[in-house]
Amino acid sequence: MSAPAPQDLRIITSRFDVEDGHTLAGYERTGGYAGLRRAMEMAPADVHGEVRTASLLGRGGAGFPAGVKWGFCPPGVWPRYLVVNGDESEPGTYKDRLLMERDPHQLIEGCLIACYALGLSQCFLYVRGEMAHAQERLAAALNEAYEAGYVGANVLGAEDFSVDITLHWGAGAYIVGEETALIESLEGDRGMPRLKPPYFPASIGLYGKPTIVNNVETLANLPWIVSNGGEAFAAMGAENSTGTRVFAVSGHVATPGVFEVPFGTTTFRDIIFDPLYAGGMRPGRTLKTFIPGGASAPWFFEEHLDLPLEKTTVDQAGSMLGSGAIVVMDDTTDVVKACHNVVRFFARESCGKCTPCREGTSWLEKILSRILAGQGRSQDLDLLMDVCDNISPGINWPPRQTTICPLGPSAVSPIASALERFRSEFEAYLPATAVAVTTSAGAVS
Amino acid sequence: MSEQETVVNITVNGQPVEAQPGEWVIAAAERAGVYIPHFCYHPRMNSVGMCRMCIVDIDTGRGPALQPSCMVAVTEGMVVDTTSDQTRKAQDGVLEFLLLNHPLDCPVCDKGGECPLQDQTMAYGPGESRFVEEKRHFEKPIPVNDLVYLDRERCILCDRCTRFADEVAGDPLITFQDRGDQTQVNTFPDLPFSSYFSGNTVQICPVGALTAVPYRFKARPWDLTEVESTYPNPMGDRVVVQASRDQVLRYQGVDSDAVNWGWLTDKDRFSFEAAASDLRLQTPLLRGTPLGRPDPGGSELVETTWRQALSQAADAIKGAIACNGPQSVAVLGGARLTNEDQYVWARLAKGVIGTDNVDAQLDDGLPADAVLGLPRATINRACTPGGTVILLAPDPKEEQGTLYLRLRHAVVNDGVQLIEITPRSTGLSHLAAHRLHHRPGEAAAVATALVGGDIDPGPDGDIGGAPAADVAAAATALADRADQPITVILGRPSLAESADFTLDAAAELARFANLLNAGGRPGIAFLPALHRGNVLGALDMGLAPGLLPGRTTLADGGSALAESWGSVPSAPGQDARGILKAAAEGRIDVLILLGADPLGDYPNAEQAEEALNRVGTIIASDLFLNPSAARAHIVFPAAGFAERRGTHTNLEGRITSQRQIITPPGTARADWAIATELARQLGADFGFGSPEDVWEEIARVAPSHRNLSSQAIEAADDGVVVADSSIEFAPPDAPTSAPHIDAYSLRLVSARRMYDRGTLVQHAGSLAGLAPTAVLSVNPYDFDRVGVEPGTDVQVISHVGEMDMPVVADPGVPRGTAAFGYNYPDLDVRDLVDPEAAVTDLRIQTR
Amino acid sequence: MARLNANNLTVAQDILSRYPVPRSALIPLLHLAQEQDGYVAEDAMAHIAELVGVTPAEVMGTCSFYEMLKREPVGDYMVNICNGISCHLLGSSELIHHAEATLGVRPGGTTDDGKITLEAVECIAACTEAPCLQINYRYRNQVTTEDFDQLVEDLRDGTAGVAPHGQLAKVRQHIGDDRRAGVSPPDGQGEPAWMARNPSDNGDGS
Ligand SMILES: Cc1cc2nc3c(=O)[nH]c(=O)nc-3n(C[C@H](O)[C@H](O)[C@H](O)COP(=O)(O)O)c2cc1C
Ligand code: SF4
Ligand code: FES
Repeated sequence: MSAPAPQDLRIITSRFDVEDGHTLAGYERTGGYAGLRRAMEMAPADVHGEVRTASLLGRGGAGFPAGVKWGFCPPGVWPRYLVVNGDESEPGTYKDRLLMERDPHQLIEGCLIACYALGLSQCFLYVRGEMAHAQERLAAALNEAYEAGYVGANVLGAEDFSVDITLHWGAGAYIVGEETALIESLEGDRGMPRLKPPYFPASIGLYGKPTIVNNVETLANLPWIVSNGGEAFAAMGAENSTGTRVFAVSGHVATPGVFEVPFGTTTFRDIIFDPLYAGGMRPGRTLKTFIPGGASAPWFFEEHLDLPLEKTTVDQAGSMLGSGAIVVMDDTTDVVKACHNVVRFFARESCGKCTPCREGTSWLEKILSRILAGQGRSQDLDLLMDVCDNISPGINWPPRQTTICPLGPSAVSPIASALERFRSEFEAYLPATAVAVTTSAGAVS
Repeated sequence: MSEQETVVNITVNGQPVEAQPGEWVIAAAERAGVYIPHFCYHPRMNSVGMCRMCIVDIDTGRGPALQPSCMVAVTEGMVVDTTSDQTRKAQDGVLEFLLLNHPLDCPVCDKGGECPLQDQTMAYGPGESRFVEEKRHFEKPIPVNDLVYLDRERCILCDRCTRFADEVAGDPLITFQDRGDQTQVNTFPDLPFSSYFSGNTVQICPVGALTAVPYRFKARPWDLTEVESTYPNPMGDRVVVQASRDQVLRYQGVDSDAVNWGWLTDKDRFSFEAAASDLRLQTPLLRGTPLGRPDPGGSELVETTWRQALSQAADAIKGAIACNGPQSVAVLGGARLTNEDQYVWARLAKGVIGTDNVDAQLDDGLPADAVLGLPRATINRACTPGGTVILLAPDPKEEQGTLYLRLRHAVVNDGVQLIEITPRSTGLSHLAAHRLHHRPGEAAAVATALVGGDIDPGPDGDIGGAPAADVAAAATALADRADQPITVILGRPSLAESADFTLDAAAELARFANLLNAGGRPGIAFLPALHRGNVLGALDMGLAPGLLPGRTTLADGGSALAESWGSVPSAPGQDARGILKAAAEGRIDVLILLGADPLGDYPNAEQAEEALNRVGTIIASDLFLNPSAARAHIVFPAAGFAERRGTHTNLEGRITSQRQIITPPGTARADWAIATELARQLGADFGFGSPEDVWEEIARVAPSHRNLSSQAIEAADDGVVVADSSIEFAPPDAPTSAPHIDAYSLRLVSARRMYDRGTLVQHAGSLAGLAPTAVLSVNPYDFDRVGVEPGTDVQVISHVGEMDMPVVADPGVPRGTAAFGYNYPDLDVRDLVDPEAAVTDLRIQTR
Repeated sequence: MARLNANNLTVAQDILSRYPVPRSALIPLLHLAQEQDGYVAEDAMAHIAELVGVTPAEVMGTCSFYEMLKREPVGDYMVNICNGISCHLLGSSELIHHAEATLGVRPGGTTDDGKITLEAVECIAACTEAPCLQINYRYRNQVTTEDFDQLVEDLRDGTAGVAPHGQLAKVRQHIGDDRRAGVSPPDGQGEPAWMARNPSDNGDGS
């Protein structure tokens, strides 16, 4: 087992314990805005270069390298915009809110660095609507930063560098976290994902212009990267998963919490069981299953505990680190109910744009509700799988999809995981006659 | 470009297919005969890829993957498989999803029998539903406006109607509301989908969620017979006419590339109700006593036979010729007839009777030389990407709805720059690159400055009322794009001012056209925007003074035609204004009205009244007993659209066929037959037994139409555009100038609205109520000056009349101007307009 | 209820000034209307349509997509109990049942006194604090049934210290006129000046 991360390895949560870390005074006192000053001494392209060198993976879910994505802006097309994805809504995910509430200036500084590096002329900070406190902290921090000359006209007095950051918030819709839906929403529209291609808003995004969409945590890393250099960042963590990452470990653990750990080297077992982190199962309980990266991710089990929290490894094992949300379920868990809970989420949050997701997810939810109510039919378990297959052909990982965006296929993950592993628990919900039919039809169980 | 660059080679189900660059896979496949099922895709709207029905296996080199064929553009070497197991399973899955919440009420659904969802289900759908849960419920059909109902339970959320409203019509008044599986289409509460184009949503709805009130429950698709035809409007919109049991029940737009792209206005779409009206004329009528006995001086119109009616008409004409010469016979109207009808009436009038007092327009259009004598554009030319359109015409949204849709698309999607030279804002103003809204009567000043490059603002810093800076900017923009096609839409922007103002402006643009067109550039061409259905055909067929069929004048073409016809009038006759003046002075003995209603429609109501009072014999050929026909002595019941065959000429000069699907009511006859018969009574045997016979003669004698066969017209998808013309535009010798306006007055602008008191609208039950009530619109900033309050009833006074009406604030009306609709059902603007004056000024006062 | 009042109209203009395209201000303005009236009234939607230059139907399309925007009046306090997976695992269903029994309403319902609207909501990003809830979007963590009863009492007494429904952040973003970089429409812009910098420039201007 690798050693727990020492305090000095905390990069972006370092001010969580600083009482006034969210104020400009507290931020400046603890080294704030040094990254911005440093960046502005460099050529914009060199700042971009540092981010490339850092191999900073996006922290919003897809895990795409930020430096590479930034490079997708078509040259010569202006203006370009920055949109900060602070819509954090994936069940189990809890880190962006803390980053916004406890260290808003760090995020603002990150935004400024990105704008400087890429020539982004305006930044929109899209915060989830339900996060009133985060909105407040960001508004206050922005007001201070504007006043102090960090944001707005002539940043730090520079003649040539001016950028506005507009605080914007949503109004309750998970799908708006998807980057193209986020842009639609920011344009005042219904938050429905756009079709791909174009694959990245970096080429065609807000108002049809090149737009960088980055997650809060991704951007919060920039001040450190610029201050300490991309190489220092890349030196932390694993080769393809550099730096640190913030994980929320929730559910049936002794000490649930939000932990910043070296990326790629810490294992699931470390973060779930180490007393420095989640502290293991509650007394007398054993692990049944866990979701490694938010509600969309296929579930993991005992045998996956020693995998490192490393992107490629987890992908290859058939799931994803996603949004850094680890949800642990112990032996008391009713997996049918848990499965229903997650499916219900996706059914409720489907934007309704494409048929398989709009109709399919709510059908799945209805079938599961019926099973839970004791009204299941013998054919329902196969039906569940077939409906899943019609949303995500093949039910593989990474998912293929008949849908526009990955939300629909996300509803498939919990069903495929739970049904495969715990089929008998589903069958137990079926009325006795119904189960008999299944077995007599030739199933080996 | 070489052949190589214009073709993309793909493979569809093993077959090589040549696709066009940028084409969607679904379209390329369809052209190659492979139908890919779909619901949301519509070729005339942006793809949204929402329904997912069209997903097929597409391999672009990385292995086959399911992709929506409506949103993937073809690429070289692409391999498409629409029959793979994976495709089948995915499509079946989508279909099952769509049916989960769709009611299975096909037997009672208006769409039953022509529903793609039903068809798909029959073809591929699962036999038995695996869905045992309760279906989604919504309140039963709700009206989205007076014409269209929406049944949200049937809706499959394909976004077609909402996209149409937003993208095509520009009236985003129906939208998606709520989210996920609760998503529905709806309006804002108490704010209906008021759009002139709402019926198109019914046509493109792929299921029976949207239904048209006039058609609801009238027929089942399998009871309908249909023909493709041309709607008799200036655009010549291509339509399918559907009928059952000898009654027209529906018009559907046909997707003609060149013309209407499948769209229709509600006014045209639902006008079939008028055709079936009980008030249609069924038998010939003559003057008679209240007891029904014929009596030339009788107070009533009584039924008679065709023989009686025709012979009385012939006698009257013969008498008039004998007493006062052929010029004492005059013909007004005919602009709504087929080309064949028009030709035979023209030959009767000019070749048999010998009168040139013939005019298809009622002094509310433009003279023939301005229409036939300028280089003519097509709609597609006007819509050329990157080109310029100069609007010197009334609001196309009100008068030529589908032209508005085409122009709107061109401006929004294809970068066409629109320059308005109009006396008020139009339905396109918010999209116009330059809005040069001038004072009534001063269009020519704006046109001169625009193309002359000589910006000389008046004392108020404006040119004809438009800010000089705006005119200068427009002039620069026009010059910048002078190597792209420039198209002038030319019409009468206001009926409260002399046509000469428009002609002066047109003359300026024409001069510029000569300059430009000489430089080897695409130059300027004109698209006439005139009001009546087939006014272009009427001019082509010679229904105007001084004109002969085939775009030639009496002077130039007279001798040639005289050989075929026997004779032609010796001197040019009078236009409508001259005819009615002569009639009022007692110089017209016989007045033939071809679907014309001078009492209702001629700008000088008083003169029309005097004229009809003095004419000895009025002969009317019409569908309805309109106010003027009611004063006739002899009435012929005419066959209308869909009741006869023929051809139509649209504003481009495009000739397309009209086909018959039902029999005319009673003994009504086609006008060509009426005219042929009347000629026979006058001793001339034309020998026409069918409209084809007539066309054959047209193709023989009309120079511009020479050798154009009926077969050629039939064979071409979008008809044939006739471009030749030997007419020359002769602008007025000296420009007219508008008199000075005093500080207390407002200058009047009056143009038609889509829904008015016109015969067709008023006889179509569903449309009649849509005509707005009269209001005077004034710029918000003028109220203080003229001393009235917006929203109040005021007294409006001109030097010829006065009336009371409400006045409203309308920023679309320039300062110093007042706008009043031309043809309101309740108040008649003609009571205020002095037809002899160049402009009309109004004073307004609180009552 | 109503169009935006004069005060809020000023706020609305300020909000509009931060977006290159007015329609982008739609959701912030809907929040403003909700702050004014406790919900988004139809008149307010029509007013906002005028302000951003779209039709009321388009405003409705957007407004109805988002869960937080209420188109009917709700209680003074929205009590949103999280029913996300982490809270579910730690007893949110029991908490919701308890709330239903205590308040006498089902999720979505409002108590007779008009004070409290109960909702069972999806994950509110406090997963390590399960079970949790929000009152008018302010968090309460690790809520027991006793905590809940106390909370209801405080809400009814007015001692919970929570602003009425509609208000979110208590601090608004404010940009002094001299501090604005300035917003321009998305078309016709060139490369920003600073992109021309090279390493030897000293860019901090000091
Ligand atoms: C259904 C769905 C929901 C998402 N929700 C979020 C979210 O709440 N926050 C987030 O940062 N990214 C979310 N994403 C990922 C974004 O689309 C996008 O990849 C991310 O914001 C990019 O930022 P990054 O590159 O910095 O990670 C979501 C994606 C999908 C498909
Ligand atoms: S998959 Fe679901 S959320 Fe994504 S676009 Fe389709 S309906 Fe909307
Ligand atoms: S037709 Fe392609 S997704 Fe609907």
